[in-house]
Amino acid sequence: MTSFAELRLENVGRRFAGVDALAGLDLTIRAGEFIALLGPSGCGKSTALNCVAGLLPLTSGSVWQDERRIDTLPPEKRGFGMVFQNYALFPHLSVRKNISFGLQMQRQPRAEVVRRTDEAIRLVKLEEHATKLPGQLSGGQQQRVAIARAIVLEPSLVLMDEPLSNLDAKLRLEMRSEVRRLHQSLGLTTVYVTHDQEEALSLADRLVVLRSGLVQQVGTPEELHTSPRSWHVADFMGYRNLLEMTATDVSGGRVTMEGGGMRLVGTASGDGVLPGKVVVAFRPDDVRIVDPTVAGNVIAARVELVEYQGKELAVESRTAADQVLHVTTPQRVARGDDVTLTIDAERVLVFPGDESTEELAKPVLDRVAS
Amino acid sequence: MSGTTAATGRLALRHRLAEHGIDRQLWLLLPAMVFIVGLFLYPFLYGLGLSFQPSEGGALASYEAFFSDPYQRGTIWITLRLALPAALFNVLAAVPIAYRMRGRFRGKRLLTILLVVPITLGTVLTAQGLLNYLGPTGWFNKVLTGLGLLSDPVRLTNNYWGVLFSLIITGFPFAFLLILSYLSGIDPTLERAAATLGADWRQRFRRVTLPLLAPGLATTFCLTFVLAFSVFPSAVLVGDPAGETRVISLAAYQAAYESFDYSLASAIAMVMGAVELGVIALVLLWRSSLYKGATGGKG
Repeated sequence: MTSFAELRLENVGRRFAGVDALAGLDLTIRAGEFIALLGPSGCGKSTALNCVAGLLPLTSGSVWQDERRIDTLPPEKRGFGMVFQNYALFPHLSVRKNISFGLQMQRQPRAEVVRRTDEAIRLVKLEEHATKLPGQLSGGQQQRVAIARAIVLEPSLVLMDEPLSNLDAKLRLEMRSEVRRLHQSLGLTTVYVTHDQEEALSLADRLVVLRSGLVQQVGTPEELHTSPRSWHVADFMGYRNLLEMTATDVSGGRVTMEGGGMRLVGTASGDGVLPGKVVVAFRPDDVRIVDPTVAGNVIAARVELVEYQGKELAVESRTAADQVLHVTTPQRVARGDDVTLTIDAERVLVFPGDESTEELAKPVLDRVAS
Repeated sequence: MSGTTAATGRLALRHRLAEHGIDRQLWLLLPAMVFIVGLFLYPFLYGLGLSFQPSEGGALASYEAFFSDPYQRGTIWITLRLALPAALFNVLAAVPIAYRMRGRFRGKRLLTILLVVPITLGTVLTAQGLLNYLGPTGWFNKVLTGLGLLSDPVRLTNNYWGVLFSLIITGFPFAFLLILSYLSGIDPTLERAAATLGADWRQRFRRVTLPLLAPGLATTFCLTFVLAFSVFPSAVLVGDPAGETRVISLAAYQAAYESFDYSLASAIAMVMGAVELGVIALVLLWRSSLYKGATGGKG
C-alpha cells in the first residue's frame, strides 16, 4: 500500500439536512501516529472518521495525502483499513476468508494471500478458529477478526470506530492492550474514535476532543488531562466537579471566587478569565478530606452517597448551599458524616463563563447527551 | 402420601413439557389448526382419494389417461414454459430495482406504490390493458407500423407472449416486495466494510450482498413460480387456450366441468402439485448449500 508522510484534513465539514455534523476540522496526522477522536455521542467523531474513510462525501474542505487530494476518491481506492463498531464481519465467510477478502480484492497471487492471511491469523491468535464462521465466535474473537481483516492489507492508515464499545469491561481492557501492542509492533498510523476518555488517554499519542461538530482541543494525553482549554473539555476529561461561581478578584493567574456558599482560590486557565461569571472545575481525586482547622480552600459538606471502589471510595457529598461535590478518598467515611474538604489552588481550574454555562444547572446525563 | 407423589409427578411432567416448549398457550393454535384441516387438508385428501377412484378402470386409470394422452401430458410442459421464465424474470428484474431502492430517498414511497400497484389490478384488468396496448390494433403496434418500423403488426396477445407478459406484470410486485425486505435485512455496514477492503460495487454485490441474498432469492423464486404455475384467467383472456397456452389448470377445469370426470380432474390437480413440489425441492436443494444464518441487519 502507498504510505504517506502526513495526512492533512483541511477545513473538513459535513452537513446533514442543513445541520453541521462536523465543521472546520483541521488536523495533520503524521505517519505512525495514533490519534484518538474523542467526544460524547453526536459530537461528529464518527462522521469525521467516515469522511476520512470515504464512506461519507464531504460537504466542505479537503483531505490530502501528502500532495495528493484524496477526498474525491471512493473508499475502495483509498487503501485505508477500517474496523467497525459492530465489526461488520461477512457472516457467510469463514474467519480465514474474511481476513483474506481484501487481499483477494487486490488480486494478490494465491501463495501471497495464504502467507499473509496465516500471518494475520497468527498475529491475533485465532489459529484454532480459522475455519469457523463469525457467528460461532465470541465478541472478543470477532473483534480480533475485524482487526486482522483491516491490517492484513498493511494499510497506510487504520480507522477504528469505537471498536471496543461492544465488549464487556474485562475484555475491553485486554483488547485495549492488544490494540496498543499491534500499533507499536506494526507502526500503523491509526485514527481511533471513542467516547471513553480513559481509552483515548491510554491509547493515543494525540487526542482531538470534539463537541457539537467542532474541535475543542487537540493535544497529547498529558496536555488534555492537566490543562483542558475549556470547561467542556474538562467535563470530558474527568473533572466531575463543575461549578458556576463569581470571580471577585483576578491577579496574575490567581482567581478568588465566591458562590454556592463557598469561597475558593483557583488558577486561571488562559487569559480570558475576568471578574464576573466563571466556571470552576476540579477532579474528585484532587479533593481531600481534612481536619476542620486547615487553611486554604475549605468546604464543609455532608456525605450522601458512598461507592466502594477497592482502594478508594467514590463519595458524593453536598454542601449546606445544596452544591454536590464528588470526592475520591482512601478514608473510610459513611453516609451522613460531616466532612471538611480541601483542594489546592493549583488544582482548581477556572474557565471564563459563557452562554453555555447554564447547561451546568442541568443534570449531568442531559449534558453528556447534548 | 400417594396424593403428594401424584402431585409432584404432575409437576415434573409439566416441567418436562415446558423444557420442550409445550405449555397451555399452545391451545391458541387450535382455531388455526381447524381451518387448516377443514379448508386445506380435508379437500386435499378428498381429491387425492378421488383421483384413485376413476369411473372405469383400475385405481391408476385417471393418471394413465392423463399421461398417455399427449394433448393432456403436454400441458405440464406448456405451463412450465410459462411459469419458469416468468418467475425467473421477476426475481432477476426485482433484484437490481430493490438494490437501488434499499436506502432512504425522496419519492421512495411513490415509486414503491407504482411498482406494487399491479397487485391491486387483478388479472382481468391486466388482461384488458394488455389487449389494448399490445393487441393487433393496440398502441404498440399502431406506433410501430405508423413509424414504418413494421409492415405487419406483431402478434403479442392471444398467444404465449400475452400470457407471459401478464404473469410478469402480476408477479413482479410480489417478487419486488419480498426481495426488498430481504435486502433491507442485510446490514449495510457489510458493504461499507467491503468497500474499505478495496471491493468495487460489482465485487461488493457479487461477494457480499448476493451470497447473503441468495436464500431469499430462492424463496422468492418458489413463491412467484407457484403463483405463475397455477395461471388460469390470463391463459384464457390473453392466451391461446386451445393451443400453445392450454395450461394444466385449464386441463383440470375442462376435465371437471366440461367432461365431468372428477377423478381425472383430481388426478391432474395432483400432478400439478407434484410438479410444483418437484421444482421447489430442486430450488431448496440448491438453497441448502448456501449460507442461511444471520445477515446482521434488522431482519
